[in-house]
Amino acid sequence: MIEIKNLHKSYKMGSNSLHVLKGIDFSVAEGELVAIMGSSGSGKSTLLNILGMLDTADSGDYVLDGVPIENLNETKAAQYRNKFLGFIFQSFNLINYKSAMENVALPLYYQKVNRKERQEKALNYLERVGLKQWATHLPSELSGGQKQRVAIARAMAAEPKVLLADEPTGALDSKTSYEVMDLIQKINDDGNTILVVTHEEDIAEMCKRIVHLKDGVIVEDKKVEQVRASAYV
Amino acid sequence: MFNRDRWNEILQVLTANWFRTVLTAFGVFWGIFILIILLAAGKGLENGIRADFGNIATNTMFMWTQNVTKAYKGLPKDRNFNFKVDDVDAIKRSVPGLRYISPRNQSGGFQGAGNVIRGMKSGSFQIYGDYPEIIRQQPMDITSGRFINYSDIREKRKVAVIGTDVRKSLYDLGETVLGSYIKVNGVNFMIIGTYHKSNTDGNADAQKDIYTPFTTFSQVFNRADNVGWMAITAVDGTPITGIKEDVFSVLKERHSIHPEDIRAIGHFDLFEQFSRVVRLFGALEFIAYFVGVLVLLSGIIGVSNIMLIVVKERTKEIGIRRALGEGPWSIKKQILMESIFLTIISGMAGIVFGALLIYGINYILEMNGPVDMFVNPNVNLGVVVVALIILIVSGLLAGFIPANSAIKVRPIEALRTE
Repeated sequence: MIEIKNLHKSYKMGSNSLHVLKGIDFSVAEGELVAIMGSSGSGKSTLLNILGMLDTADSGDYVLDGVPIENLNETKAAQYRNKFLGFIFQSFNLINYKSAMENVALPLYYQKVNRKERQEKALNYLERVGLKQWATHLPSELSGGQKQRVAIARAMAAEPKVLLADEPTGALDSKTSYEVMDLIQKINDDGNTILVVTHEEDIAEMCKRIVHLKDGVIVEDKKVEQVRASAYV
Repeated sequence: MFNRDRWNEILQVLTANWFRTVLTAFGVFWGIFILIILLAAGKGLENGIRADFGNIATNTMFMWTQNVTKAYKGLPKDRNFNFKVDDVDAIKRSVPGLRYISPRNQSGGFQGAGNVIRGMKSGSFQIYGDYPEIIRQQPMDITSGRFINYSDIREKRKVAVIGTDVRKSLYDLGETVLGSYIKVNGVNFMIIGTYHKSNTDGNADAQKDIYTPFTTFSQVFNRADNVGWMAITAVDGTPITGIKEDVFSVLKERHSIHPEDIRAIGHFDLFEQFSRVVRLFGALEFIAYFVGVLVLLSGIIGVSNIMLIVVKERTKEIGIRRALGEGPWSIKKQILMESIFLTIISGMAGIVFGALLIYGINYILEMNGPVDMFVNPNVNLGVVVVALIILIVSGLLAGFIPANSAIKVRPIEALRTE
């Protein structure tokens, strides 16, 4: 599903440049649930941003679902993001003047799905994350866990190939974190490919594979026995 | 364009901060309001002055003889000369593009004290010997009877058309005027009509003239074939100013006047005066547009500023939208549409309020009677269309910089802002 080879990325900081990713080789198959771990500064967020086409690599190949991702202009990148990727952020990033349903429907709007179908789908996904009765509420009226579940519904609404979660539980208490992870595991059970960036050991354990990054290189890539989050809920 | 979600969003964004939106809108509102009012005021002035010109054939000049100032062909300077009746035909033959030539003789006025008598009453009035065409060159309303016609000219009838003020001084109220006689310099004339000039140019004596047939006048007052004065009107589309020199040349030739003697023939070029006034209106309109558009410009800068702030405030939101797959063009369009929408709505309000104010002014003018040189201020539909085009263009301009700055930030940086 994801295939990257010899990925390099450095940032210019005034006169000296900071080499963040030093040749990453990495691939993800369909249906995997991968945790990317590492301390801050290890390059895990940069990697996720490049995978999410929010940032571009200096060199290296990136093939997503058989499509080489290169020479992207903004319009094309936006199309690919919309078609291939769903984002789940640490700070939820819901649009605060839109209701839960409108937020979920947003990626479908960019796909030019008609209004009625959009609403049906949005409601459907909200139901899947258990928030159907909150559809008309604004994000400010929802709790942190509910917001993240709306964000997950939004990420899935466009039926992307890959879900990218950047510290999805970073702003949540542990009970809510496990609820969110439970949801992510269920989504994965349905066959969706998911990448989770985290620095929390217990969250990583709930994935099927853990990739450790340190100073811009992969130091460890292992399959793990998945801990079901439902045990904690 | 007609996308419900886009419009929903525009309304959501603009109503999110009512006070700010209204303040911003006010700048544009004020600009277009001033533009409309200035244009209407200019139009009112123009209408007023045009009304003063009335329905005079403005493509007209009046000319008369003066003293010759240059010796020529053995003739001395400082001599007098007169136009002759034959000159009229000569001019008609030699100068194309003329519509009317009305020769005139006159007597009386302030020098002729008591020149007109009727029974026990008398008065001093200006007496004209005129051709029928003069009524098209110096319009007057015939209030009763008729004006001079060509039968009068041919048969040299002793008939006269008098002004309302003449009638007032010579007749009692209710007396029959038509068919009665007055004595002008000892000669009886029958009254065949009365006139009233609606446009007097501030001339208090405008209603105190007596018109008689040119031929009658020449005969009974011994003017022989002399002509004192001529009104010459050119056909529409040929400015009299352009061909008046041809007329003068013909006359100079016929009266042995030096071709460069510019003071021998006096004239008043109504068309030139009128063109000057028309140019003044052009200048007024230009000033109205200039001032109005500049005021509008400051309003537009206001809109642009606020849009920049809105974009800044929404940086993160825009980042999220882009992460979800909204294209840069869609974002640009959204911001441009917000800007145009705001500009047009406030501009329309300005147009409506301006129109209401003009309506009010017209109402007051109607209630209080006419004011000098100011009639019916108005803006026509063309101006409103122009204003709308200005608004759409300015909305685009106002949104352009903010829209560009919205997509200039990379999505990843936009997402990081708080």
